[in-house]
Amino acid sequence: MDLLIDLIQLTVYGVVLGSILALGAIGVSMIFGILRFAHFAHGDLMTIGAYVGLSFIAVTDAPIWWALPAGMTGAALTALVVDQAVYKHIRRTQPVILLISSFGMALVLRSIVQIIWGPSVQSYPTGIQRPWWIWEISIVPNHVWIMLATVVIVTALHLFLTRTRIGKAMRAMSDNMDLALVTGIPAERVIMITWLIGGALAAGAGVLLGMDSRLTPTMGWNILLPVFAAAILGGIGRPYGAIAGGLVIGMAMEISTLFLEPSYKPAVAFVIMVAVLIVRPQGIFKGAL
Amino acid sequence: MKLLEANTVYGGYGGADILKGATVHVDKDEIVVIVGPNGAGKSTLMKAVFGLLHVREGEVLYKGEAITNGKPEQMVRRGIAYVPQEKNVFPSLTVEENLEMGAYLIRGDIRPRKEKVYEVFPKLRERRRQQAGLMSGGERQMVAMGRALMIDPELLMLDEPTAGLSPRLIDETFERIIRIRKLGIGVLMVEQNAKQALAIADRGYVLATGANRFEDTGPNLLANREVAEMFLGG
Repeated sequence: MDLLIDLIQLTVYGVVLGSILALGAIGVSMIFGILRFAHFAHGDLMTIGAYVGLSFIAVTDAPIWWALPAGMTGAALTALVVDQAVYKHIRRTQPVILLISSFGMALVLRSIVQIIWGPSVQSYPTGIQRPWWIWEISIVPNHVWIMLATVVIVTALHLFLTRTRIGKAMRAMSDNMDLALVTGIPAERVIMITWLIGGALAAGAGVLLGMDSRLTPTMGWNILLPVFAAAILGGIGRPYGAIAGGLVIGMAMEISTLFLEPSYKPAVAFVIMVAVLIVRPQGIFKGAL
Repeated sequence: MKLLEANTVYGGYGGADILKGATVHVDKDEIVVIVGPNGAGKSTLMKAVFGLLHVREGEVLYKGEAITNGKPEQMVRRGIAYVPQEKNVFPSLTVEENLEMGAYLIRGDIRPRKEKVYEVFPKLRERRRQQAGLMSGGERQMVAMGRALMIDPELLMLDEPTAGLSPRLIDETFERIIRIRKLGIGVLMVEQNAKQALAIADRGYVLATGANRFEDTGPNLLANREVAEMFLGG
């Protein structure tokens, strides 16, 4: 009985963590789908989003939830600027050059965060969270809000990808770049929108992660591995797969604490990622790898 | 005035020239077929016309205006649509979304255009909510041609539209192409099924090693002994 309760409790935590991973993984997956490289600076976009949100509510005294739109705007613009200043000029080279550049960009972004906000740990003014009890399962209000915020963001993304012309063009480009070109889809415009959305989703993950724990300049970098694991598990290039991948990885990481030290959580994600790459590299939803 | 002219085109993929002086033209309401052995540069010529590879020498004219080495997007804006041989649909998009992508550059209401495509390919209307990647080869070819027709092109370029199709579907595809010409669209196509293609063609070219070997009306090429022996398998 105790085991069952633990399992349910950890599943709840897993869904919360999975929501955060999913938001990050969608961006990684979309960027891979359209630009064909693994974006290593994605974790640091999350960090920037979290800090921009923190500053926004500190300066404006707005309610804490305003950190989400503010952070998303900040990281979206950061992603766009990075693309236009750096990635755009090396887009026609080999993917490995883009990959290494994004690794360098990760270091740059992290340093910028440290310069502006300092290296110390900070947190959102969430106040004391009294858990709600359902049977023997406790849920803190923040966790409910994190899950709801994820549902809202993912729903908005889904509507964008299936109902708008540019959203459909993003899926088309991810499907078949050459055909998109001969069809007359303006590639550069679609790429810019992809960065804006990828950056905004990363910030969503960053702000929610900040609410769940605290803000440090390495918060995004530290979570990058599980985010990649989620994107790969879901089938890289498939945004909907990334959502499923995020939830599976999140739950696996939390449930593993039943029999493993919590410090092994990232290792669990890593093992799943390696296993997927060996057994089914295309992922659950048949991605582009 | 000729709709499309490609005059003594030289070019290739960066290395040695594949096209060595190929020349074709297409008039309005005309089906023009390019046939020839493998490696003759038929598909390469289509790509060169559409701006997908560099034309080193020679010129491409559309309604008398030079479009040599133009960008594909500009070709689409001028009213030229191109259907590649392979991977010519967006597999994760529905049939309807594939058509919408075809009209990406069109401002305003695209519903009448969709209706027009559904009239040529009634089956696509039935299947409009289906993912294109899950359809059969023949149906995908319809989606690909439908997508190209969405810009209301004056010139439609088809690269081996019957490749990999069953004989029944090949007949059907050629019938559609005749219907497309009746809409007032010039058609330039490369075909492996040379005999059947020349039978519906107004004019044809036989290309070999990147240059013209024969050009004549479809029936004349079919009747030409030399062409038959060398390129149509006797």
